[in-house]
Amino acid sequence: MNFIDPLIGGAILGASSLLLLIATGRIAGISGIVGNVLKRGANNGWRWMFLIGLILGPLLVAPSGYKLPEIDASWWVIIAGGLLVGFGSAYGSGCTSGHGICGMGRLSARSITAVVTFMVVAAVTVFVIRHIVGGA
Amino acid sequence: MNYFFALLAGLGFGLGLTVSGMVDPLIVLAFLDVAGEWDPSLAFVMGGALLVFTPSYQLVKNKMSQPLFDEKFYVPTTTAIDKPLIIGAVIFGLGWGISGICPGPAVANITGFEEKIFGFIVAMIIGMIAASRMKAAKTKITKG
Repeated sequence: MNFIDPLIGGAILGASSLLLLIATGRIAGISGIVGNVLKRGANNGWRWMFLIGLILGPLLVAPSGYKLPEIDASWWVIIAGGLLVGFGSAYGSGCTSGHGICGMGRLSARSITAVVTFMVVAAVTVFVIRHIVGGA
Repeated sequence: MNYFFALLAGLGFGLGLTVSGMVDPLIVLAFLDVAGEWDPSLAFVMGGALLVFTPSYQLVKNKMSQPLFDEKFYVPTTTAIDKPLIIGAVIFGLGWGISGICPGPAVANITGFEEKIFGFIVAMIIGMIAASRMKAAKTKITKG
């Protein structure tokens, strides 16, 4: 198992969240950033800049061999997954980044509850799909 | 300066998600598949991020009264563990477990130009709009 890359990547995520907080006072929560951009409210400039960075960031490490993956899930999985992820993150006020890094890092009981909940539900979902429905 | 540092943090996020492997739904699903050939590598992503963020957040909280380029911190003030939080987390977990994709990696995958990523993002946006409409409608009912 490769754990060096995940550890380094994770540390970069933590450092980026910290940088955003120290410089702008904002929380790096991707679902919140996307959701607010959609609402076309005021003060969205920083959100657009963050999203541009998020889109271009992977290109910076492409020369070092870190490639983006092929996505070959079925359309059913893509559409159902997208709808549920979008709905759930907006309704539950956060996703893996906002609750997972910033919220847990602030030791927020709300975020810790959210992360434990979605981790358990996601693991159970994978279990049902792969080992019960899939029969593997 | 706000814009510059937001861009920098975004770049860091895109880079971190790629290096860590979180952009790959198959790696995410292998992490969630605890009963299969479990790949714990993504636990190190969360670990690495919290190792950096958690202690430094305490420092920032104690030493800084405002961020460098704004008047105040926009840190969430809600503390109630309420129904929307739990319902949202359950639905999010369901979608994440089905697809292995969450919002950050979805956006970070754009330059891979896989058509299914664009499909995912469109579906995700529709889901987000539906959720915020439902939430807005509920607040109106409780207020009115």
